[in-house]
Amino acid sequence: MEYENRLQNVAVLGAAGKMGSGILLLTAVEMANLKLKPENKDKTFSLHAVDVSNKALEGLIAYVRKQVTKIAEKSIVDLRKAYEGNEMLIENSDIIDQYVDDVVAVIRPTTRMESAYDALLVFEAVNENPDLKVKLLSLIDENNPNEPWYFTNTSSVPIHSLDERTNLNGRIIGFHFYNPPAVQKLVELIPSENTRKEVQDFALKYAKALKKIVVPSNDIAGFIGNGHFMRDALFGIQEVERLSEHKSFVGSVYTINKVTQDFLVRPMGIFQLIDYVGIDVVRYILQVMNPHFDENLHSPLLDKLYDMGVKGGQNSDGSQKDGFLKYEKGKAVAAFDPEKKEYVSFDSVAGEEDRKLGDLPASWMPWKKAVRSKSKDKDFKTYFNHLKRANTTGSELALRYGRKSRDIAKQLVSQGVAHNDEDVNTVLMTGFFHAYGPINEYFE
Amino acid sequence: MRKKVYITAGYNTISLGSGRKEFNPKKSRPGLEHYLSEAGQATIAKLGGAENIDESVVGNFMASRYNKQGHLGSFAPMIDPKLTYKPSHRVEAACASGGMALMSGFKSVLADTADTVLAMGVEVQNTVKAVYGADILAGAGWFKKRKQGHAHFFPGQFSDRAGAYYEKFGREKARKAFARWYKNAIENARLCPTAQEYENTHPDPEGLALATEPHPKFVPNLTVFDSSKVSDGASAIGILSEEGLQRAGIDKSLAVEVAGFGHAVDDLTQDPADPTKLQTMKAAIGKALKMAGITKDDIATVETHDCFSVAGILSIEALGLAEHGKGTDYVLDGHTARDGKVPYNTTGGLIGWGHPTGATGVHMAVTIWEQLTGNAGKAQINIPADRPYGMSVNMGGDDKTVMVVIYKKAE
Repeated sequence: MEYENRLQNVAVLGAAGKMGSGILLLTAVEMANLKLKPENKDKTFSLHAVDVSNKALEGLIAYVRKQVTKIAEKSIVDLRKAYEGNEMLIENSDIIDQYVDDVVAVIRPTTRMESAYDALLVFEAVNENPDLKVKLLSLIDENNPNEPWYFTNTSSVPIHSLDERTNLNGRIIGFHFYNPPAVQKLVELIPSENTRKEVQDFALKYAKALKKIVVPSNDIAGFIGNGHFMRDALFGIQEVERLSEHKSFVGSVYTINKVTQDFLVRPMGIFQLIDYVGIDVVRYILQVMNPHFDENLHSPLLDKLYDMGVKGGQNSDGSQKDGFLKYEKGKAVAAFDPEKKEYVSFDSVAGEEDRKLGDLPASWMPWKKAVRSKSKDKDFKTYFNHLKRANTTGSELALRYGRKSRDIAKQLVSQGVAHNDEDVNTVLMTGFFHAYGPINEYFE
Repeated sequence: MRKKVYITAGYNTISLGSGRKEFNPKKSRPGLEHYLSEAGQATIAKLGGAENIDESVVGNFMASRYNKQGHLGSFAPMIDPKLTYKPSHRVEAACASGGMALMSGFKSVLADTADTVLAMGVEVQNTVKAVYGADILAGAGWFKKRKQGHAHFFPGQFSDRAGAYYEKFGREKARKAFARWYKNAIENARLCPTAQEYENTHPDPEGLALATEPHPKFVPNLTVFDSSKVSDGASAIGILSEEGLQRAGIDKSLAVEVAGFGHAVDDLTQDPADPTKLQTMKAAIGKALKMAGITKDDIATVETHDCFSVAGILSIEALGLAEHGKGTDYVLDGHTARDGKVPYNTTGGLIGWGHPTGATGVHMAVTIWEQLTGNAGKAQINIPADRPYGMSVNMGGDDKTVMVVIYKKAE
């Protein structure tokens, strides 16, 4: 009963944002599903969608309606059972429409933080800014008599530091969805040393209800996902800086992006991934992480691009904004040259760089195919063995990168961020859609 | 038959839907007008022009919901301006609507009110997602029972029949026979360029169907391989008297004679007395055989209404080629394969060729016409001289309307 009671009054902060809207959607569906149980029909379920932007909230309900419709269409067999008792709902379309209405009915969009003052559970999905998070959580906790629990979607800020600065006494846990939360199966669950057991139990139950794959991470800045991604990205930038001593910057970006996508059989090249997340966001996460480590987790190049207004990220329709790379119909066609302060087309470099990289071995498979292969391990063993023997510039760069990625992953285990190798591999394979985990024998 | 009735000049559009390379659910597709025009014009051309046509009829089930379009009879002059002011109407009996179009044409010729009828069938179903299409198709059942029916209403009805059959005669053999039925459907469809599964390249359809278990998001006793798909398409054929053939200048070698037909309905508000039998189908088959003056042993090939594999098997038993409970053996022994005793669904049937609901009955007639006149191309089967008859069995709803036609090569 604790589980259902706790979900009767929930607030999502940053509810109209990229992550917040997905968290809102999934939570609204879960709350509506509880409400649909006969024993809960007299209970009220309220989900406060709190956001600073009225404009963004305007689009939120439309987004939720569209997504819930898709969910309802897929679960029509179960929904017909759930609405069995309602004689008015006969056709699938009647039931789908009603379900969408029922989910939307739990949502209370608002720009007023006060709405969270009676919540029992608060999801925090605001900007990755520790001070902002502390300010909002403190404000709510001072005004909320219910001693609510806090789920923060931070991807990098240590949970214990938020707990200490807000005096929550263990009523907070890291519950890190991957983008977009409605699609991505992975959740990183980060309890601090102080997080209460009942909060952890609830989080696991909630994650299970959402059919998420939970990977526990220890409470060390960046956790597993960004712990790997940030260092992997910095290595990509270093490689570009190294290569550009002997060739153009644009040619170097092209080369490393191609090596990381094609030669390493990843879903996208490292610079496309940085753009996808956003140069501004990557920079911010690095700033959060850097003070917690002896390493130098900082890139002057990212600062430079950021200062020039080159930020990446996505448009509101989900299309990619230009960042390191320029995109046409979702395809990278040019790279930004910080000296010239303009994008330089790949047409001018691709031919020569491809020649220098050399051919991919015949056993190579595009990521899309590899990820679905039933003999993945065997395929990759063969491919990487061929790559080792290829002795081309491309193979050399790829092996160097693959080994670095493996070392970063192993470091996460040795530093105690991840409990084991498998957890790191799961995060990369589910959260980043890699076809193989970074800890493997392919690069030995 | 009080006078001779012939069919000729058949034409099928492709059956468009998942499986065809040109099908993209995200792009706009041709509508009713396109399919009616393509099929209608092709048949009109083979009949020597629309001046030879006395009336038209369109079989269609649910354009009123799929396409928000009623009044399909009045599309005839769009197909050919020479059909302006001539009679034309639409007929409906759920998935047997195409069969009703044939019957309307037969009766008009028999009644001496027309010598040449253009019979068409059309359905454009990919306008809505399958989950909503299920609502529309459920209109073939009694709406007062929709609430208690399955989300996928008709798959649910036939899943119940399959479940009853499993219980009575054993699940394992039935699943094997269904898998074989699927294999035959796919292999036959690969021989017919208009078939929805024409481009199916799976190396082992039977193994695939056998290895696939029912999915909780579909129905309890059937899989997607037991089920016909969602299809857009049209078929057309000419129905003519002797005079009609002469007027169009069509040689009888290109025509097929209608030897008999049987039309039967059952109470829409009632559940089947025995879900392991298709009784209405049996009644319609009996009438058609009687009218033709032949027995089941005179039939060379059958186009049957395999909206679901289980319906295909039950239809064999309804015809009496196998005893009750032995339709599975009949299929597993290879008798329905294209080189078997009585080849079934030689261009893939509803599972392989496609099932644009209102067009299906006409499509069956076109296939039999092609086979009996030796014009089935790569799908051609051998028609034994001592068994010169073909049969089409078109079912509406869950065995509620059945239209059976028996054909033989014109002499």
